[in-house]
Amino acid sequence: MVRRIIALMIKEFLALFTDKKSRMVVIVPPVVQLIIFGYAASFNLDHVPYAVYNEDSGRASREFLAKIQGSPNFSLKTVIRSDTEIGPLIDTQKVRVVVHVASKFSENLLHNRPAEVQIIVDGRNSNTAMVVLNYLNSIVTDFNQQWAILHGHSPPPARLYVRSWFNTALDSHWFIIPGIVALLTLVVTMLVTALSVAREREAGTFDQLLVTPMRPLEILIAKALPGFIIGTLEATFIILVVVFWFHVPMRGSVPALYLGLFTFLLSAVGTGLMISSIAVTQQQGLLGAFLFLVPTIILSGFATPIANMPPMVQYLTYINPMRYFLIIVRSVFLEGASFDLLWTQYWPMAIMGIVALATAGWLFRRRMY
Amino acid sequence: MKVPQKRGVRKGINIMRLKGLIRKESYQIVRDPSSIAIAFVLPMILLFLFGYGVSLDAKYVPIAIVVEHQSNETSDFLAGFRQSRYFVPVIVTDIQTAEQAMIERRVDGIVWLREDFGKKILNTGDAPIGVFVNGVDANRARILEGYVRGVWGKWLERTSIESGRPLHIPVKVKERIWFNAEMRSRNFLVPGLIAVIMTLIGALLTAMVVAREWERGTMEALMVTPVQVREIILGKIIPYFIMGMGGMTLSVIMATWFFNVPLRGSLWVLFAGSSLFLITALSMGLLISVVAKSQFVAGQVAIIVTFLPAFILSGFIFDISSMPAIIQTLTHVIAARYFVSMLQTVFLAGDVWPIIIYDGLALTAMALIFLMIVKKRMKKRL
Amino acid sequence: MIRDQAHGGKTPEYVLRIEGIEKYFLAGKQRITALKGVNAKVRRGVVTGLIGPDGAGKTTLMRMIAGLLVPDRGEISVLGMNVARDPLKVQASIGYMPQRFGLYEDLTVQENMDLYADLQGVPKDHRSERYEELMKMTGLAAFTRRLAGKLSGGMKQKLGLACTLVKPPELLLLDEATVGVDPVSRRELWAIVYRLVEQEGISVLLSTAYLDEAERCQEVILMHEGHVLGQDAPSQFSGQLNKQTFMLSPEAESRRRLQERIRLMPGVIDAIILGDKLRLVTDQPLETDQVVQRFGVGSESSVQAVPARFEDVFIALLKQRTPGDEKVAHLETEKISHPPHNGSEKDIIVVEKVKRRFGDFYAVKGISFTVRQGEIFGLLGANGAGKSTTFRMLCGLLPASGGKLSVAGKNLRFAAAQARARIGYMAQKFSLYVGLTVRQNLRFISSAYGLSGQRQKEQIEWALDSFELARMADTPSKDLPLGYKQRLALAAALMHEPEILFLDEPTSGVDPLARREFWRRINRLAESNVTIMVTTHFMEEAEYCDRLVIMAQGEILGQGTPEAVKARFRTPRNPDPSMEDTFIAMIEDYEEKEAART
Ligand SMILES: Nc1ncnc2c1ncn2[C@@H]1O[C@H](COP(=O)(O)OP(=O)(O)OP(=O)(O)O)[C@@H](O)[C@H]1O
Ligand SMILES: [Mg+2]
Repeated sequence: MVRRIIALMIKEFLALFTDKKSRMVVIVPPVVQLIIFGYAASFNLDHVPYAVYNEDSGRASREFLAKIQGSPNFSLKTVIRSDTEIGPLIDTQKVRVVVHVASKFSENLLHNRPAEVQIIVDGRNSNTAMVVLNYLNSIVTDFNQQWAILHGHSPPPARLYVRSWFNTALDSHWFIIPGIVALLTLVVTMLVTALSVAREREAGTFDQLLVTPMRPLEILIAKALPGFIIGTLEATFIILVVVFWFHVPMRGSVPALYLGLFTFLLSAVGTGLMISSIAVTQQQGLLGAFLFLVPTIILSGFATPIANMPPMVQYLTYINPMRYFLIIVRSVFLEGASFDLLWTQYWPMAIMGIVALATAGWLFRRRMY
Repeated sequence: MKVPQKRGVRKGINIMRLKGLIRKESYQIVRDPSSIAIAFVLPMILLFLFGYGVSLDAKYVPIAIVVEHQSNETSDFLAGFRQSRYFVPVIVTDIQTAEQAMIERRVDGIVWLREDFGKKILNTGDAPIGVFVNGVDANRARILEGYVRGVWGKWLERTSIESGRPLHIPVKVKERIWFNAEMRSRNFLVPGLIAVIMTLIGALLTAMVVAREWERGTMEALMVTPVQVREIILGKIIPYFIMGMGGMTLSVIMATWFFNVPLRGSLWVLFAGSSLFLITALSMGLLISVVAKSQFVAGQVAIIVTFLPAFILSGFIFDISSMPAIIQTLTHVIAARYFVSMLQTVFLAGDVWPIIIYDGLALTAMALIFLMIVKKRMKKRL
Repeated sequence: MIRDQAHGGKTPEYVLRIEGIEKYFLAGKQRITALKGVNAKVRRGVVTGLIGPDGAGKTTLMRMIAGLLVPDRGEISVLGMNVARDPLKVQASIGYMPQRFGLYEDLTVQENMDLYADLQGVPKDHRSERYEELMKMTGLAAFTRRLAGKLSGGMKQKLGLACTLVKPPELLLLDEATVGVDPVSRRELWAIVYRLVEQEGISVLLSTAYLDEAERCQEVILMHEGHVLGQDAPSQFSGQLNKQTFMLSPEAESRRRLQERIRLMPGVIDAIILGDKLRLVTDQPLETDQVVQRFGVGSESSVQAVPARFEDVFIALLKQRTPGDEKVAHLETEKISHPPHNGSEKDIIVVEKVKRRFGDFYAVKGISFTVRQGEIFGLLGANGAGKSTTFRMLCGLLPASGGKLSVAGKNLRFAAAQARARIGYMAQKFSLYVGLTVRQNLRFISSAYGLSGQRQKEQIEWALDSFELARMADTPSKDLPLGYKQRLALAAALMHEPEILFLDEPTSGVDPLARREFWRRINRLAESNVTIMVTTHFMEEAEYCDRLVIMAQGEILGQGTPEAVKARFRTPRNPDPSMEDTFIAMIEDYEEKEAART
């Protein structure tokens, strides 16, 4: 039995890797994408283009504006002289923010009257807008504090001391890049498994397989193993790159991560094979893979937090294997988690994997004509 | 029976042949439920999930508030958190409990009011309030921080009025947010999502169709008929274009009716832009299919080069202008990038011609290049 | 150089000229010569055959003529046009039926025809007439609304032909167009082709594995391993074998024994069973009494000199060219080691009132038969009769809609996996892995059947050796010539030495020499008590079966030994009907009755 499984597995690998194009497709793109996405996928904002409209001629306003200009998050695009210029600049997205300092700003400031700064933000991408406002607000808070000390005002009754755990610099790369481990692993295993049965069905070779003494269980294992092996290898490679190239800290236990990877692969391979055995043609297999991949990724918490979703959709994410694996990856990387904190994440994936694999095996013999 | 025979190749396009090809393709589409599913069901499901489900706006964030010593001042401060719709505060009495809750991911942040909080406020002022946020999701952490600051600011104002001690704030910020005043992330996610969906529909539908013909041997039979390469290409693009536009219409209707995304630009610009993009996506699919020649490889390539780049590099979620310069350059070859920008503009800002024209030209250029390569690669040869 | 005669004003005599063609393929790092120095001409208004053994380069040549491949050297001109330079123009005026015609499987029969009519530019008002004629040929009239993917193998082939013929081209290229097509339809098809030639003056170049079709061509081009051996009328070729062909009526011994005895005697080119006689081809002219003497076959009355057929020439030529053949035949040791035929009459396959329904169409309508152990059992029938469906049900690939079936006492659909180890199945459509090489395929299949170690190695070597696949061992199977694909499939079904074999058209598309090898091997298997169920559209092969059934439209029309089946159709005018006569008569009878019923 083991020998038959190995033979079929070798055949699967041959089918994947003798064709040069298919070999390339499995190996090269994940590597390239890892690097590109690693740099691209971030909510941090650097060099946000902004314009200044300063109606005040005092020194204080210049000091204030210099603070913004000194921040690495912003880069000054242009200085404007009238209200009418604001519209076109923001419409065409030449700048994201316009900082409007009203006349008498310095004067008001010196006479302890509230001095006003108007900030006009492009709200098309509300997240960017929100982050931009946060940046500016903290610059203003800093400025205010300094001003208060310099001019001997009394301190406010209470002050905030904010510290963030696990990711002191609040670098969102640290959040996204470990997520890419899950993303690419999922995509690669789907690639390898989702078309594998459908392809044989279309070519008629599946019939040939079914008249041999191979049992459905053996076929299942042999079809699942390549997905596992390739998935594990690529995931390992990606993890190494994440640690040694992107310098994301690995604080938790590696075995805990790999147990997570294993259960995640189980569910991904299972679903891939299930899709593949439902599909009659390869086209259906591909579309099925997409119908699974897209919602899985979007509702996994990869880019947008699950906590922000309405309760109904949050419940739905409980049947999303990637949700669990993302938690595992991020906790192991950043929070230094180990088995005891994560066991609730393992078993749902394992169950999903086993159910999907069993369904796939059952479908092998059912869907025959 | 003598069939009139004309020898030689006619230039241009033969309508009967083209019609035949289109009819053939349409039958194939109709017979395979999966292509209908990809054109109409996928957008519906995704838009529903996204429209209702996905948002970057944090609401009801569980937060632990450590109150070591209860006093009037602390309950005053707490009231701000209780009233805010952004927080679900959990009151604890010691920091260890709060930390444990954070490690177990039951809360996303901690606000720590120490024992002497009340006293300090009354005496010296400048009482320290410790705020810890879970920084794993940096974006969320930052938004959370902003919310806490907001609550704190309001509290300061309130106390200053009540105590009669005027609070002095030197610079005050007045925010004005254009296009999306309520800051609903749905408003920019939904148009972006439409772009991702259209990339999928366009490229997926056609990615396999030429490869399938090679694999099943129908290409060999086609090639020896008088049919011309440009007729084959058109015969593929036209039916899928119609289907893709159907999917697009559906998406737009859902976006505006169900999700109340404003459509500030004009409808015809929206559809003209979508047509351009769809043609680009379809030709990209064709290109994959022509180069791969096997459905297996074509399918794999389609997954890799369409969905992920459209998701990550198009500016749909992640801001392009903050990416490293090399990657910003790279995004210029992602068709979805132009479409995302065009859609977000037409939906939220209106007909901003400089953007629309720039994006439109980029899409046209891409479509032409893809089609040219397809035409070149699809020789009538084995 | 070929001068362009089209501009000369008068119609050129040759529609096709091939001059000095060479073509190489790269397989890995090896350069394989597919064609070398090929010269040929095809005359206008004539049916020319392109005949040669498997892998001779026929398909490559056809594809070059159609402009799908470019020759490495030499020139082809079609209707006065240079193909390499102007493939589009050529493609607009020829018709080409590739070996594997790609039908759109998700289109119906009618939609496929319409598509090709559109592509060929057949005016709408000309169509119905043509369709009617083609439907009659293909017998698909009742199935115009069925999806092409749901047709039987032969029906697909016929639909492909119909699509090619919707518009009569000036030059028609048919590459093994009749593989898997039943004799009745083949007869109709040739009637159409010859009518087109006569009435519309089209020219035809065809390749075929049926040598009776070759014999009907006005000219044949004989090819072998990329060379042209000669071009002439078939009768000219067979004239070379004057007084070398005889029919022997065996007296004392069985025809199979006699065949085995004299097959390998010196001076014998070919000895095959034909009905109850044996056909003998010798390597030099002999008188009948000499034959009696040399081969010890009873009296002179049992030997009859007959005119040579094209097939004899073909075999003779090939045997001269491939002397290695005998070695292979000898080298073949007894591979199968089951107990010898003990003459037990055990029924090993039982089929009882088995039905199979697709939608509301019955593909198999309650058929019953039994197969005994060690028997060669033939399943003949028109295309779409339900043969493959029956095979698939027997192998457990398709559930029956009614009735009972058992193979070695079990229904394979539910039996344990071990039960499947005892059968071998060769599907009608090639169903091994096209991306894998021959050796990889053999290794995989043998492992799947549980072979390992030394024994696996031996079996693979045996398969490569005895099916002459060694030369192609490292070729991906998608690049194999059709005949070699069939050999590979058969080898794969045999390696694990099954007790029961299901062979669905194992010899379709295979050249006559290899076919003889097939049957010799099958005979030997049967002798060592292997039960064999086989389908075929070569009627002379039906004679090799111990018993057979003839089916049409899911029903059994007749069953018994070949003699018994033929006996029913003995008439005064035709006292000794061939299997083909019998088959055609039976099907026509049936169709008349059907027509009367409705
Ligand atoms: N999946 C299917 N759905 C509907 N009809 C089918 C299906 N498979 C086969 N048929 C029909 O069943 C009939 C018998 O097909 P089968 O393949 O058994 O014929 P066959 O005797 O093997 O013919 P051939 O000589 O052409 O191989 C045909 O009419 C065919 O169209
Ligand atoms: Mg059949």
